[in-house]
Amino acid sequence: MTNVGFACYRIALALILGLALIVVFPKQAVAESVYQIGYLDYKKDDRYKKKVLYARYLGKPLGRSVDGAKTALKELRFHGKELGITFELNAKRFSKTEDLRKLVNEFGEEGVNFVIADLKPDLLLEAAALAESKGITLFNVSSGESRLRQEQCKKNIYHVIPSDNMLSDALSQHLASLKWRSILALVGPNPEDKVLLETFKASAKRYGLKVDDEREFVLGSDPRVREKNNTKLLTKGKHDVIFVADADGEFARQLPYKTVKPTPIVGGEGLAAMAWHWSWDRFGAPQLGKRFEKLSDRPMANNDWAAWMAVKMIAKGIQTLKSTEKNSLVEFLTDSETIFDGFKGNRLNFRSWNNQLRQPILIATHNWVIQRAPVEGFLHQKENMDTLGIDEPESKCQF
Amino acid sequence: MRILNIDKKNASSLKEKRTLKTTIFSFFFFVATCLFSFQVYAVGTGYIFVSSEKDNVVTVLDGSSYELISKIETSDRPRHMAFNAERTQIYVACGDGESIDIIDIASLEVVDMIEEIEDPEAFDLSPDGKTMYISLEDDGALGVLDIASREMVAEIEVGEEPEGVLASSDGKLVFVTSEVANAVQIVDTEAQELAATVIVGTRPRRFALLPTEDKLWVSNELSGSVSIIDLASRTVTDTINFSPKGFRAEDITPVGIALTQDGKTAYVGLGRANHVAVLDVESKEVREYVLVGERAWNTTLTSDESRLVVTNGLSDDISVIDTKSNKVIKSVPVGRVPYMALIDD
Repeated sequence: MTNVGFACYRIALALILGLALIVVFPKQAVAESVYQIGYLDYKKDDRYKKKVLYARYLGKPLGRSVDGAKTALKELRFHGKELGITFELNAKRFSKTEDLRKLVNEFGEEGVNFVIADLKPDLLLEAAALAESKGITLFNVSSGESRLRQEQCKKNIYHVIPSDNMLSDALSQHLASLKWRSILALVGPNPEDKVLLETFKASAKRYGLKVDDEREFVLGSDPRVREKNNTKLLTKGKHDVIFVADADGEFARQLPYKTVKPTPIVGGEGLAAMAWHWSWDRFGAPQLGKRFEKLSDRPMANNDWAAWMAVKMIAKGIQTLKSTEKNSLVEFLTDSETIFDGFKGNRLNFRSWNNQLRQPILIATHNWVIQRAPVEGFLHQKENMDTLGIDEPESKCQF
Repeated sequence: MRILNIDKKNASSLKEKRTLKTTIFSFFFFVATCLFSFQVYAVGTGYIFVSSEKDNVVTVLDGSSYELISKIETSDRPRHMAFNAERTQIYVACGDGESIDIIDIASLEVVDMIEEIEDPEAFDLSPDGKTMYISLEDDGALGVLDIASREMVAEIEVGEEPEGVLASSDGKLVFVTSEVANAVQIVDTEAQELAATVIVGTRPRRFALLPTEDKLWVSNELSGSVSIIDLASRTVTDTINFSPKGFRAEDITPVGIALTQDGKTAYVGLGRANHVAVLDVESKEVREYVLVGERAWNTTLTSDESRLVVTNGLSDDISVIDTKSNKVIKSVPVGRVPYMALIDD
């Protein structure tokens, strides 16, 4: 009892002292404020399984994107100076999907307005629905699916990671510029693979490529389905290039140099379009890569760049507006005059029709960026970067 | 023993070569000195030195015929260059070589280097030439290097990825662009601390200080503009935008700025817009856009200001502009990804 009494006494004393400090030094109290940026991911996310990361599939994550957010935080020493704020990452991870609501509520209680959400599409949509009532805006840093930008778009999700449409448009522009027009498409058994194929077919049509044939592949060596797992049977015929729609990459990686004809592989292996690649060496990219590696001990990939970018955008908003007020920050994000620097050479900002970040796309092999899209010669009436992805007239997004 | 002989032979032939080279250059230097000594403004060799990031060379061109004089091998990734106070040597920041190479102008060779500097890019010298202020990209700091002792006497924290560096003529202030903070950091060199942070456009790169030293021009690569900072109030008072014909706003990526000595005319390299803008400093109006090579980057005036040398990063050449007619009179190939030119005239 005496202990409890003593504790109460101490708390009361601390409170009085605290109050006194606020009254006496109100400015200092403000000067020490911390601006929290939320980060949310799922422990059992299959894209981050150890085995998957170890495989280093082309264009796939090399680790959790939180490393990108941490790299960005180190660049923010001056962004909040005028307001006297420092930035902090409030990272939460859930292991059971039922805990999602609890974590979103916690963000709400802790006054977090922006959360970087490294989640797959369905969880992202669920999180966005929960976040809406708390006035929380999410940054999508890892899900490229079209539906998130089209029919299922949400006003409180900002897509920093490019859509799959942007990636396949970029790849198609590159193939069209080389006049590699005849394409064999191989597609895997998973729903995600089918989505990738449909997206690619739309891009192929847009840029005058011809998908000669579509064939389904399966993993394994069962002789009863050899026309689906034998690379020679799968790749017969003459094509300029083979596109592999393989969302996880395990099949695609063993396809090069095992085809009937010496045909280049694109998509799941060989050459792929992506948001970021460690070998990108212009516009300050090598310096960013070095900062990232120093912190994370691995090269920087798409999701890392997107999380880095998200943090930088919030900070840039606060720096420019000299305010942390949520609604004006959201307005700043969508303002067409806003310029974000993604170290990709162009001025980046969000498309008003679906909250997708406009950006150049890198087309890379495992160790070099071959091309940056929009590829020269592909022009748009307003903004060449809008030759990539869902343009305003095609938008089915209604906020 | 045979191996030793071969080595000896190689060594002696190398020595011969060097002696020959030195003789040729001494002769050249002598002739050049004789030729140029009649002109008031030209005291140097007239050579144009161009650093190229990807070949690890500094290309030396004749200042009037633009013929190749030499390719000086340097440490990896040479970028920013500056003369020493006596103009007998050139300091070259070699980013990947992690050194400042020192080129001797008479022999056109790297004669010395200041080593173990992490990723140096841009720097400036104090007015007495004794101190080098250098942006240390990896440390997010401005390094203060005592050239004589080669000691890094201080590192002043200025934010991640500092880039362009410029010292005021009294050496009391050093200006540093910070690409990631979208700001110009003003460093007090006596107190060795950050005196002010001025928010400018997106991705600030290079500076020009007006002769009156009350206004500082800063190029913003991504917002495609030049911010003018009033140094008394330490605020941005004006922003200049560019609109060369046939290019969209996103292609306008200004980097290099050169000013005439009277402070009346400025030349700004517009990057991917492949033009140099010629500006009237007082009215802040663009007088003319001059078409040059691809990704016009740094701009350097000859000392008589009759010509402007522009490095074109994506077409691996330099453009030489006649400043009277504002026309390109010559394009000369140099090494891969030329960074900047320095003219010894």
